[in-house]
Amino acid sequence: MFRRAMKLLILLVFLGMPALAMAVAPDIRPSPPATQAQVAALEQSIRDAQTSGDNAWVLISAALVLLMTAPGLTLFYGGLVRRKNILGTMMQSFAMMGLITVLWALVGYSLAFGAGNGFIGGFEHIFLRGVSLAPNPNYGGTIPEQTFMVYQMMFAIITPALITGAFAERVKFSSMAVFLSLWSLLVYCPMAHMIWGVGGMLNTAGGRWPVFDFAGGTVVHITSGVAALVCALYLGKRAGYPQEDMPPHSLVLSFAGAGLLWFGWFGFNAGSALNAGPLATSAFINTQFAAAAGAIGWVIAEWMQNGKPTALGAISGAVAGLATITQASGFVQPMSALLIGLIAGVVCPFMVFRVKKFFGYDDSLDAFGVHGVGGTMGALLTGLFASGAINAVFGKDASGHPNPAGAIDGNWHQVANQAVGMGIGWSLSIVGTLALLFVVDKTMGLRVTPAEESVGLDLSQHNEEGYDLNA
Amino acid sequence: MFKIEAVIQPAKLDVVKEALIEAGIEGMTILEARGHGRQKGHTEFYRGREYTIDLLPKIKIELVVSDSLKEKAVQAILGTARTGHIGDGKIFISPVEEAIRIRNDERGETAI
Repeated sequence: MFRRAMKLLILLVFLGMPALAMAVAPDIRPSPPATQAQVAALEQSIRDAQTSGDNAWVLISAALVLLMTAPGLTLFYGGLVRRKNILGTMMQSFAMMGLITVLWALVGYSLAFGAGNGFIGGFEHIFLRGVSLAPNPNYGGTIPEQTFMVYQMMFAIITPALITGAFAERVKFSSMAVFLSLWSLLVYCPMAHMIWGVGGMLNTAGGRWPVFDFAGGTVVHITSGVAALVCALYLGKRAGYPQEDMPPHSLVLSFAGAGLLWFGWFGFNAGSALNAGPLATSAFINTQFAAAAGAIGWVIAEWMQNGKPTALGAISGAVAGLATITQASGFVQPMSALLIGLIAGVVCPFMVFRVKKFFGYDDSLDAFGVHGVGGTMGALLTGLFASGAINAVFGKDASGHPNPAGAIDGNWHQVANQAVGMGIGWSLSIVGTLALLFVVDKTMGLRVTPAEESVGLDLSQHNEEGYDLNA
Repeated sequence: MFKIEAVIQPAKLDVVKEALIEAGIEGMTILEARGHGRQKGHTEFYRGREYTIDLLPKIKIELVVSDSLKEKAVQAILGTARTGHIGDGKIFISPVEEAIRIRNDERGETAI
């Protein structure tokens, strides 16, 4: 009896609740003008929320990319040179942080991302005119354009810094500063414009030959890696190379630097999504997978070749994997990233061990062997493995299915586009680098004197010693 | 007074030092050195290039001892630094003309 009463009571309460709600709820039928205002306000809130998330991620990514230059590269390269050159080596990368920041703000951003023509941007944004805190729909439509500008700045900083690895231990600080500053304007900015800038002839979205370059495999690694090779050939070998032993003075520093490079690369690749959405996730994962596979590949290759796995091989392999996946990071499936990393880990050491030895050039820190080769492979592999399911770069068809992106989707033509981009990257870098080397060498002289090279860059260029073991 | 110079394996420094102190030697100078006798070096690999390292890390102990302590010092070193393998090191003894304490200009065996 009691139970039945309880059940009835509960039933009545549940049935009565809607009636109760209607009795106490306000009359929500709005008048038309108020609705429009409310909806507009809501839409703005949604945009603000999305901007907030995307902007946070891209700003952090900008900081991560800067971390890659210092202390990532400064430690990585610094540990690989002889003790007498550590500060000189670090200064070369650090100088880029100062110089390129200013150049980018004054004119670099405009040359790279201004409208201009198919080859280079114009001067409409010099002194960052017209670059506001409002989003630019062409460059990450949910983040302030200034965020995009400062994010891209970090790429412009690290690209010339990578080249310093080729001419380590033998170039004047003043000449290096002038050469790399000019290089960033005359080689980096056009390349960035062509692939990423509005109207660029290789622009992924609307270029004559659309090239997929998610985070800079061509724009950063090919241009800098090939420039490195040109520099190594033009400047000649270090005094005493290869007869004299010049082992790294501190692989401990290089190890620390490599870890920071790996960490920072998440900003380099995943930040290039320009939003905090699933594409960033894909790029993040691909970055991790390629780094790990690259490390494993190099270690196994070296173990088989020389009998032992080396620490330097492990970190070099990780960097090679990272450099190679850069172009593909926001386009490929995770399993493809593992394969791409593995290829890098096996091919790059071959370049460094055999090819460099065969030709005899002194690419001191293997900037070409790792970045140039990695970037080149990455450019082509992107054409093979780009997947519309990861990045619907060519839009979707009527039924909502992504259009084919790369060869893996059936679009083999994209490999040809990638080759065009790669070819232009190589050509621009060779011609531009050679021309600038020639001009700077004839006016300022690039190499230090033999006496300066012998006493070391720290003392000869900076009047300092990296380590004072007696202090 | 005699100067004893002993080149030993770096790992043996602590036991040799203790033995010398126990033998009554109060002062010594320790130097980090590199060198080799008949001991071969080793090879290292960096980015696929082979580097031959034939200068090996050593520790050099320098002592100046009075005539009476010379043999005790030598025995202390021999007893603790020896492993029986190539690379154990060497001891050299030479006569010393003068020893001076910088603090108070004491000379001779009292300055040691």
